[in-house]
Amino acid sequence: MIRRAGISIERWTPLSLAASAGGLALVAFLAVAPLILGANALDRLTTLFIYITLGAMWNALAGYGGLISVGQQAFFGVGAYAAIRLSHAGLPVYPALVLGGLCAGLFSLLLSSFALRLRGGEFAIGMWVVAELCHLLVNLDGLIQGETGTSLIALNAFAPEQRRADNYWLAFAIAVALLGLMFALLRGRLGGSIQAIRDNEEAAASLGVRVLATKRVIFVIAGAGCGLAGAAWLATSITFEPNAYFSVQWSAYMIFMALVGGLGTFEGPILGAILFFLIESFFGASGIWYLVGLGAAALVFSLFLPRGLWGTLEDRFALHLLPLGYRVRIAAPPAAPAASGEAVSPATGIEG
Amino acid sequence: MIWVNQILQGVLLGGYYALLACGLSLMFGVMRIINLAHGDLAVLAAFLVWLLVAQGGMPLLPALFVVLAAMAVLGAVMQRTMLERSLRSGILVPLLSTFGLSIVIENLLFAQFGADTRSLAPAIDTLAYDSWSLTNDIYVGQLSVLIFVVAVALLTGLQLLLSRTALGRALRATAENPDIAELVGINSRAVYAIAAAIAVVTAAIGGTFLAMRATFAPYAGPSQLIFAFEAVVIGGLNSLWGTLIGGIVLGVAQNIGAQLDPHGFLIAGHTVFLLVLAARLVLSSELRSRLRLRREYSP
Repeated sequence: MIRRAGISIERWTPLSLAASAGGLALVAFLAVAPLILGANALDRLTTLFIYITLGAMWNALAGYGGLISVGQQAFFGVGAYAAIRLSHAGLPVYPALVLGGLCAGLFSLLLSSFALRLRGGEFAIGMWVVAELCHLLVNLDGLIQGETGTSLIALNAFAPEQRRADNYWLAFAIAVALLGLMFALLRGRLGGSIQAIRDNEEAAASLGVRVLATKRVIFVIAGAGCGLAGAAWLATSITFEPNAYFSVQWSAYMIFMALVGGLGTFEGPILGAILFFLIESFFGASGIWYLVGLGAAALVFSLFLPRGLWGTLEDRFALHLLPLGYRVRIAAPPAAPAASGEAVSPATGIEG
Repeated sequence: MIWVNQILQGVLLGGYYALLACGLSLMFGVMRIINLAHGDLAVLAAFLVWLLVAQGGMPLLPALFVVLAAMAVLGAVMQRTMLERSLRSGILVPLLSTFGLSIVIENLLFAQFGADTRSLAPAIDTLAYDSWSLTNDIYVGQLSVLIFVVAVALLTGLQLLLSRTALGRALRATAENPDIAELVGINSRAVYAIAAAIAVVTAAIGGTFLAMRATFAPYAGPSQLIFAFEAVVIGGLNSLWGTLIGGIVLGVAQNIGAQLDPHGFLIAGHTVFLLVLAARLVLSSELRSRLRLRREYSP
């Protein structure tokens, strides 16, 4: 807190306090949900957590890093594949799933020096080619048997009820850990760098922000996050068919969630994932028209509402549920005590 | 001898990739847009030609011209209604909107035509399989040669258009800086619309040849886009002849890969693309990358 001549800087507002408390209460409730909720609800929430993770990771890349990737399914697939391999090598199945997901993070670290030097469309399609190549190479593995795929048979050792709860906790822990990590990063020094890069990469570089290093952090988190999501998806579906995991469809879903929810906002992709989940629940059965609708929504939002639903709400009502930025509050001059000005500065995370 | 044959077939295949890629290259060169729906537009055109020929009983060439005219209009409309608007929101938004368009096109095609694979091979009679024999073991398909010749002719035509005509000057000026181009009396909106129309027409020609030389299905677009993009990048952005060389390198790599291993076709192509990309990044000095950065971000 800096206090000088009637100007104060604040992070917390009554609204953000209330929203954070509500969020924490919700997380606490969800953590014990397997003891309360029924089987169907648990399965559906597990899926929702995986979607939230995917949406948030794609948003981290595109919304904060300015990196549009059409190839995040590479990490989704590699995470699941590595989990299969580790479990096959004798590792207990849940540690294998987590480690497998993290392997995708390691892969993204190895890839980052190359990938992050690509710009714009080069990066987008370059990542797509990487995903295609991963798919083809995984197919060559005898264990996977090409497109036939294989199953995570070690999961059969668990009773269905136990497995359902464990999968729930796995997906829940992944979503909470990654959202928590993003939140902590965005609030800290890195958050300032990230948001400065989002707003203007060149200007950020000229201020001394280490653009490549900052992007690498995001790229690796997104890689690990998509890998963990892939591993969690494997835990729920048990079967691993390369075609289903390395499908560009996953990138389409992620783009929909992040774009419709609100690129470059923390809450946006969560909202987008919930919307996507609801749309899928109600219209998924209509097959092809549902996919046409998703594509059309991505098209329309990118043209007419590029800030997404949450971003638009945020802009219109100066709504900030989570204390990610700083606000400068200027006390009114004594002559006109009724008018109090408030300015919200969007990119003020760089602490001196 | 088998290697000579594979390389020769690869070169001819490269002609097809160059045909598919030159529209992508032109659009990137003039508007700085990478159109992720490029492959789906090619497949859409293939379906339209197939519809007129196989369903409507039209002869192939008139059907092709009808479709090319329709695709030219579609390209210009796409530019006016969609790309123009998305370009205003920055360099990344066109990627999102064209990706959305790609999903819409391929799923609409699926809704309309189902999952069956189709081909225009029956419509071109013996051209589909006739070949010339060069030696006892080397044959070149007449269709492959025709595609290669059309690709070279189209690239020559585009090159002449860009370097010799008033429209070409307008295109180059607009690519350089649309605002300054307006100052010297060029209608850059019209120029953009023409460039988009040309790009979509070349995609349509590529899609029609795809339909003649092989089969196509509603979801065939993305892999065509990837091949086209690989050809463009291997050849170096902003150069039409480079695109032909890129297509040839890609085609040769794929055919050699296929000869080495049954799975090798795609793996070799993607690997060569990534290697070329990586080599270019290593070779380009810090200075050059800075220059490129500045050029890309200049308004």
